Amino acid sequence: MGIVGLEMNSLPEAGRDGLRVEVRKTVSSGPESSFALDVHFLAPAGFTILFGASGAGKTTLLDCIAGLQVPGQGEIAIGGTTLFNAASGVNVLPNRRAVGYLMQSLALFPHMTVRQNVEYGLDALNGDERKAHSREIMESFNILPLAERRPAETSGGERQRIALARALVTRPRVLLLDEPLTALDAITKARIVDDLRAWNRKHQIPVLYVTHQREEVFALGENVIVMDAGRVVAQGSPHDALGRPTSESVAQLAGFENIFACTIAARHPDQGTMTCRVAGCELELEVPLTRLDESRPLRIGIRAGDILVASSVPQGLSARNVLPGAITSLQQHDAKVIAKVDCGAEFEVHITPGARRSLQLEPGAKVWLVIKTYSCQVLQ
Amino acid sequence: MILPALTLTLRLAVVVSALLLVIGLPLAYWLAFSRWRWKFLCEAIVSLPIVLPPTVLGFYVLVAIGPLSPFGRWYQALTGHGLAFTFEGLVVGSVLYSLPFAVQPMAASFAALDRKLLDASALLGASRWRTFWRIVLPLGLPGVLTGIVLSFAHTLGEFGVVLMIGGNIPGATQTVSILIYDQVQALDYVTANRTALLLLSFCFVLLAILYGLRRRSAWGLWDWK
Repeated sequence: MGIVGLEMNSLPEAGRDGLRVEVRKTVSSGPESSFALDVHFLAPAGFTILFGASGAGKTTLLDCIAGLQVPGQGEIAIGGTTLFNAASGVNVLPNRRAVGYLMQSLALFPHMTVRQNVEYGLDALNGDERKAHSREIMESFNILPLAERRPAETSGGERQRIALARALVTRPRVLLLDEPLTALDAITKARIVDDLRAWNRKHQIPVLYVTHQREEVFALGENVIVMDAGRVVAQGSPHDALGRPTSESVAQLAGFENIFACTIAARHPDQGTMTCRVAGCELELEVPLTRLDESRPLRIGIRAGDILVASSVPQGLSARNVLPGAITSLQQHDAKVIAKVDCGAEFEVHITPGARRSLQLEPGAKVWLVIKTYSCQVLQ
Repeated sequence: MILPALTLTLRLAVVVSALLLVIGLPLAYWLAFSRWRWKFLCEAIVSLPIVLPPTVLGFYVLVAIGPLSPFGRWYQALTGHGLAFTFEGLVVGSVLYSLPFAVQPMAASFAALDRKLLDASALLGASRWRTFWRIVLPLGLPGVLTGIVLSFAHTLGEFGVVLMIGGNIPGATQTVSILIYDQVQALDYVTANRTALLLLSFCFVLLAILYGLRRRSAWGLWDWK
């Protein structure tokens, strides 16, 4: 379900084990700058991605859920258990919240072995139970061979596994992950996520995964919450929340390389489109019809990978936008060629090296850009 | 002559550093982690003995433990004798005098700890008490050891406070440093030199061991760095 724009005055029940968060807090990020964190969402059992640029308030939010920071207003609850409620003065201490939290730095205890780290949260159990539990979790995260090493003697990926095992062995009711896998290569990351998913199929707790990389969102997410400047601006499946962004900040996060300021020139209700003129030039784009006020400026976002390049005038296309232009530059990054094309306004277009060769594209070459109406995303 | 003074001095240093371990740890923990706005006043008070002339400190302690003060009268009623000019009196004065030397290294090493480790400990369900014993103390151990050794060595070499509070009673309050003073007053430079050399080498060896340990990280406690 995509809840875009998010008007949630009455929240549905989060389910027996869902995490319900309502946090308002003034966050000062320096002597001069502060912003208001005002967030309201539900995270059911399973993965929820908390996505936003650095400084959007994601870590502050996790700290509030864990009890390391106190919100000014609001309520935080897991299932039927209230962890924080500003109105009634409830504020459960961090050590009684049963919240697992992988901080960015992981915070493994450097003076303890991997086994001692993992067993740290099992104080209440007797020796045999403790051994059995830690052995089981270390097996599920493939770190049993490292048990007698110190954290400093393990690799980056192994440290993530140790921190996960240490947090999960205590059977938390919520798991918070603060960009824990950002520094890892894709394969190591995927393996760790697979192991985490396998664990969570059994235990079914909400896993709140913070990231600012959109690749991670599409790789991990069933449910995405997009944050910008302390607010939730979109929520839903990655496709819903990021595929059709309605704000420029989300569009930038979601990888819309081309964003143009436009004004509405004409509406064509019979064709389901409207013509928008790009500010500062003569270029016009046919975009999906919206009910936006004509006098209001709007922005159009187009992904660089959604644009076709033709070396001669294409014909017989359903695409409404065929724009003549000239290539100004071509740069190859790995298996991707980034072309800049001047059509009055400059477009960024991503093509394959093979397409570049077969079309014999060089700087200065005359080309036509083909853009479907529905590849043009209208942003407010 | 030198042996009773030496055993007395060592006994005093051991008792004082043991007491300072007990008093210093919670005090250092509080100084490192409290967010009380007037904390700086306590920091200033703890540091006072570093700058005060020992005679000033000794004078006030003497008055405070003397029969004129409520504390002195209470102690006299309890034990049948006063604190002034006794070993116990020396302990009280020395604990105050060496307090900053124990507390400051401890507090500094606690304050330098990565707070995320303490947060992580709490999030794994540990109380503050358990976090202190399992995380703060082991990781702050270099500072704790430094505090203990410094307060031990500082008590060994103390003079002014001991003279003010303990006087100069051989076998009861005459420490090595006072003995040296006595020997110099008696113009017995040869004996004074022998005693002074003994104290000098003892303190040097003690500090050399401390700094050697810290540098070599010999106990495996610091090798994670």
